[in-house]
Amino acid sequence: MGRYVARRLLQMIPVFIGSTLLVFSMMYALPGDPVRALAGEQAVDPAQIAAMKKDLGLDLPLWHQYWNYLTGLLQGDFGTQIASGQPVADIIADAFPITARLTIFAFAFTVVVGISMGVFAGLKADSLRDRALLILTLLLISVPSFVLAFLGRYLFAFELGWVAPNVSGDPSWDELILPAVVLGSLSLAYVARLTRTSVAENLRSDYMRTAVAKGLPRRRIIGVHLLRNSMIPVVTFLGTDLGALMGGAVVTEGIFNVKGVGWSVFGALKQREGATVVGIVTLIVVVYLVASLLVDLLYAVLDPRIRYA
Amino acid sequence: MRGGKSAKWVVGAIVVALSATACGGGSKDDDSSNSASKEKGKPAGYISMDNGEPQKPLIPADTNESVGSNVIRSLFTQLLTFDKDGGIVYTNAESVTSKDSKTWTVKLKSGWKFHDGTPVTAESYVKAWNWYSNVDNKMQNSFWFSDIAGYSDVHPEKGAAKTETMKGLKVVDDTTFTIELTGPVPYFEYKLGYQTFAPLPEAFYKDPKAFGQSPIGNGPYIFEKWDHKKLIQVKANPDYQGPNKAKNKGILFKNYATIEAAYQDLLSGNLDLVKQVGPQDLPKYKSDLGDRVIDEAWAGLQFLTPVFYSKTFKGVDPKVVQGLSMAIDRKTITDKVLNGTRKPATSFTPPGVAGHQELDTDVFTFDPAKAKKLVADNGGIPGNKMWIQYNADGGHKEWVTAVCESIRNSTGVDCVPDAKPDFQTDLEARDAKQVKSAYRGGWVADYPVNVNFMKELFATGAEANTGFFSDKEVDAAFKKGDNAESLDASVKGYQEAEKLLLEKMPSIPLWEYKTNGGYSKSVDNVAIDFHGDYVLTDVTVK
Repeated sequence: MGRYVARRLLQMIPVFIGSTLLVFSMMYALPGDPVRALAGEQAVDPAQIAAMKKDLGLDLPLWHQYWNYLTGLLQGDFGTQIASGQPVADIIADAFPITARLTIFAFAFTVVVGISMGVFAGLKADSLRDRALLILTLLLISVPSFVLAFLGRYLFAFELGWVAPNVSGDPSWDELILPAVVLGSLSLAYVARLTRTSVAENLRSDYMRTAVAKGLPRRRIIGVHLLRNSMIPVVTFLGTDLGALMGGAVVTEGIFNVKGVGWSVFGALKQREGATVVGIVTLIVVVYLVASLLVDLLYAVLDPRIRYA
Repeated sequence: MRGGKSAKWVVGAIVVALSATACGGGSKDDDSSNSASKEKGKPAGYISMDNGEPQKPLIPADTNESVGSNVIRSLFTQLLTFDKDGGIVYTNAESVTSKDSKTWTVKLKSGWKFHDGTPVTAESYVKAWNWYSNVDNKMQNSFWFSDIAGYSDVHPEKGAAKTETMKGLKVVDDTTFTIELTGPVPYFEYKLGYQTFAPLPEAFYKDPKAFGQSPIGNGPYIFEKWDHKKLIQVKANPDYQGPNKAKNKGILFKNYATIEAAYQDLLSGNLDLVKQVGPQDLPKYKSDLGDRVIDEAWAGLQFLTPVFYSKTFKGVDPKVVQGLSMAIDRKTITDKVLNGTRKPATSFTPPGVAGHQELDTDVFTFDPAKAKKLVADNGGIPGNKMWIQYNADGGHKEWVTAVCESIRNSTGVDCVPDAKPDFQTDLEARDAKQVKSAYRGGWVADYPVNVNFMKELFATGAEANTGFFSDKEVDAAFKKGDNAESLDASVKGYQEAEKLLLEKMPSIPLWEYKTNGGYSKSVDNVAIDFHGDYVLTDVTVK
């Protein structure tokens, strides 16, 4: 397994370089000059703009800019924001912990509630509670997250007054519950449905019959024999979902005023702050890569037939 | 059991990750129990407003957007400022005088100090202005100093600065200095009220970069902290001697992800001032806030500017442009499409600037029949089709579409909105002379004189003249205004020029900007200035 992990880690390097190059060239291809835009509709001094670009290295060809960026990155330098002059590393350090917390809350919510719901329904497929779950999850899937966000805020912030309508700049953990639930609810529906189907199918399998025939206690039959095998598709989904939660939180973060990654990358994109966009996207790519590695490792745990040499 | 072992390993990793992040930024209990508002983390007596994140470091001459300007104006005081009607109020200056509009003498009030305790002297101004205008320092607003003699030495069109100082600036004594201009500028005194002319303490020159993150000013407020993208906090300066001394204990400039989010916090009492209510809340904000609503016009105008290099408007008869102006139903569009957030324009200058006048004309009145006749009788538009360029990220789509509709219905000229994805792309097309026919322009007063709405926009070669309008008579009229003996005469000269503009139509004024904001129950005395910004020093806490 150690060799497998090492190989996977090595494979990350070309993926990492490829994705940064891709994002980098996309930012380069976008029209709109961030330095020129600083002046707005006011007067501009072309000589001054040229000088600023030279200082920032923005006058170099794409490959050269990318090379500078990569070599900087290897030395731990994520670059500097054009307008504010702030190091991109600081911006990431501000935004990432908040999004990480939000994502982990949403993820934990998805896992705990989603899997329990799925098992609960899957054990008695086609019963009333199964149908109820299917209808509920269908609703969650079809309602866009911003509708849920507005409804949630209206209900819990304005009608009941349990939470503040916005998350503050430096949020405590309880402020993030509502946004996390909204963010996680779509994945929750998928996880519940996946688990339900998987559980319902595996209930009919041979090894389940064997386990029952052996006279094992029910807790062990469900907890180990059934769940472990039913979790493989769910884990696959959860792995990719972790990355999606992180990057896809733009809408939720916007509505609840969470100063996280989604919001930062959106702002940076609008201002053509290439280094910031590339930096954040790169980190999301890394999260994806690590998550998918974890998923693959979990396969071996869940199903001993799957072995990595 | 290989599987079992790795299971423990994976679970362990997840537990570590969870505890590391979830418990990292836990409790903070610096709340303010004795404050009237229940806002979290706000010290007693402070006010809070939605302001956004300044684009650039907080250096007076490097900021021209309103978010950064709000903070800079609270920290720095220039020689003078303006009252609500655009009149001059001396702050740091005792007097600013000139006999010939060319050489100006500034006398400072004595005893003023920067927030670090060092005195504000004539040298603090002269040295700062020299530094700001030096091309090597790349200040955004350096062109503001271009009236001063010797500017071309410190800011040549090409290459590095030849000298460090402008010969037009001379320190006479600690509280007196003189400014010599390259030519007479009767309204130069007005320009001095712009934040760019703020003085700097010695501490600045040691480390300008660090200064931009924690500025030391001479203004009504003292910088406390800047928590990037979250908030900037300033406290009232107890030793401030100017007329605009703070009536509250400090300000939190907060940053919200959306204006809707800010509005929600205003409603729930977590925010005191909102500068602009978003479109979705506009229909109900008056019933939400009652008499705590701000709904006032200020010195900003929206234009529809033809580009005179385009096929559509090259060599166009101004009467055609007049016809297009009359084809636009300003009243209906401002009421219905813009939800009453704008007021139809009646001239090339907005109210609140010196010299604003009502032009005796029907060019700004909706009259489809006359509009059609004017366009048709004077050569029409090539191809009978025009485009209006706008940036799609600024909420302009709806009204541009409505303006086009109005033009099409009234004159039969096919009008097509031409969207650019965002402001950067829009500006780039303007600079590169790639606008198809016309663009959406906006102009906000830098100093409250009518000159600012004409010379910077329509003089040949003016930097913000991206419609590339050029007319000898207009240039001559501007020059006449500039060469006038007194400020009054100069303003009058520009009033004459404005009448000429009506015949030449370099642009079509559409409407005046309005501030549609509101404030919370815990503050009082909220008013806006000619920029449309809140007069923050006057706001009191209940």
